[in-house]
Amino acid sequence: MAETWSTAAEIAAAVSAGERSAAAVVEAALTRIAKLNPALNAFTAVTAERARTKAKAIDAAPDKRKLPLADVPFAVKNLFDIAGLATVAGSKINRARPPAKQDAALIERLETAGAVFVGALNMGEYAYDFTGENLHDGPSRNPHDTSRMTGGSSGGSASAVAGGLVPLALGSDTNGSIRVPSSLCGIFGLKPTYGRLTRARSFPFVASLDHLGPFARCTRDLALSYDAMQGPDEDDPACAQKDVEPATPMLTRGLDGLRIAVAGGYFRKGAFPEASEALTRVAQAAGAKDEIEIPEAARARAAAYVITATEGAALHLARLQCQARDFDPAVRDRLIAGAMVPATLAHKAQIFRRWYREQVLKLFERTDAILAPATPCTAPEIGQQTFMLDGVELPVRPNLGLYTQPISFIGLPVVAVPVPLKPLPIAVQIVAAPWREDVALRIAHALERVGAVAAPRPALMEA
Amino acid sequence: MPSDPLDDFLLAAARTLELPLEEAWQPAVKANLAVTLTHAATVAEFALPDEAEPAPVFRA
Repeated sequence: MAETWSTAAEIAAAVSAGERSAAAVVEAALTRIAKLNPALNAFTAVTAERARTKAKAIDAAPDKRKLPLADVPFAVKNLFDIAGLATVAGSKINRARPPAKQDAALIERLETAGAVFVGALNMGEYAYDFTGENLHDGPSRNPHDTSRMTGGSSGGSASAVAGGLVPLALGSDTNGSIRVPSSLCGIFGLKPTYGRLTRARSFPFVASLDHLGPFARCTRDLALSYDAMQGPDEDDPACAQKDVEPATPMLTRGLDGLRIAVAGGYFRKGAFPEASEALTRVAQAAGAKDEIEIPEAARARAAAYVITATEGAALHLARLQCQARDFDPAVRDRLIAGAMVPATLAHKAQIFRRWYREQVLKLFERTDAILAPATPCTAPEIGQQTFMLDGVELPVRPNLGLYTQPISFIGLPVVAVPVPLKPLPIAVQIVAAPWREDVALRIAHALERVGAVAAPRPALMEA
Repeated sequence: MPSDPLDDFLLAAARTLELPLEEAWQPAVKANLAVTLTHAATVAEFALPDEAEPAPVFRA
């Protein structure tokens, strides 16, 4: 079963060196998916024949040593276009769409690097979700306790990686949908800078805030996949005209010279003891002593909430008018409300966004990275509606993103690093300045080397 | 007893925007609208100069 927990880097090295056949690696991954997916409900489609064909091509390739992700099995949240399949985005409504003609740009880029696409992953409907529950496909389940949430909306992505089904998965993050499931499932997740990775041929949610990024069980795999996916793309108007800035060569530089602070104020409120414990452990390992106040973080979250509600409603307005009964009610009721919010208020939120960005960027003149909790708690039970934050009973669904939302609001790059607490893991956010994914990844890697962060192996894999 | 203005707004907006709003959905939609408007008010009350630009910038 050692192969089950192999990293992408280990698989690529073994296949490139001819120590393992690509076909055998892919077959083992497909077998694991068949065995474990009934318990985890992570996959909504498995593209087995496509994967076998690609593996054969890699085995026959004369230059596979040049492929940084040679034969690494990967899967994507089902809002990415997959040639031949309808892009369902977790919905019932989108099942009527015609099959996509071309893969999403990031699938193409990973395959160019040698990775092997194996399937589509469960998600919260239209990505308006932090739980990983889905009315139509059933909830994705947490490999550490299948009665618990994965977090969302990229729930299947986190479940598949944390459960050892694949070493690498892609998801999207509008307000926290990579970082929340990374936290609840105990894996590493990278939400890059807004505009860094192309979103071409993925189903949107909130154009102002949508990001795509990878999940993995170690920092190196995040960096390898991130490097393979970088670069401009005219097919995504928000994608930056930036050349590839490789992060992998920077990983082993350690913490020397880096100024790391801990977020105070807003980010110290509402956390359960396990979230505080995880933050303390990571801060100690990182040598982060100074506390830094991110100004107006609560208002930033409020503004992100308004922009999400209104842009999300704008995207779905025609579907709400004509097919309202086909939505998950929890999503529908939020979107209908969003459609009624005056444009004046949404515009105010966009004005505040620029002001807030300028204030936060000033902080990066005196620090290189900021540590903050990823979620207020470990994974709640599936179906749990409320929890207590600072003595106030609040709904789980929107509030799991309490600490992620003020960060993605201005597009800062974040690596979520898992702290293997018992009985359930929980992550911490490493937040860096715009375009400095390399700094966040470098810190994550240093913390991993000293054992402060790690993706714990779930017991279900030993069965 | 006067009606709740949020109920009036909700029903008028649903009719105006041609959004189907079944009676059973109204409490949840109203609750979501109330939360969103509270968040929006938090943002709107934060005074910024008239010259403050929004985050998205169009380039011709």
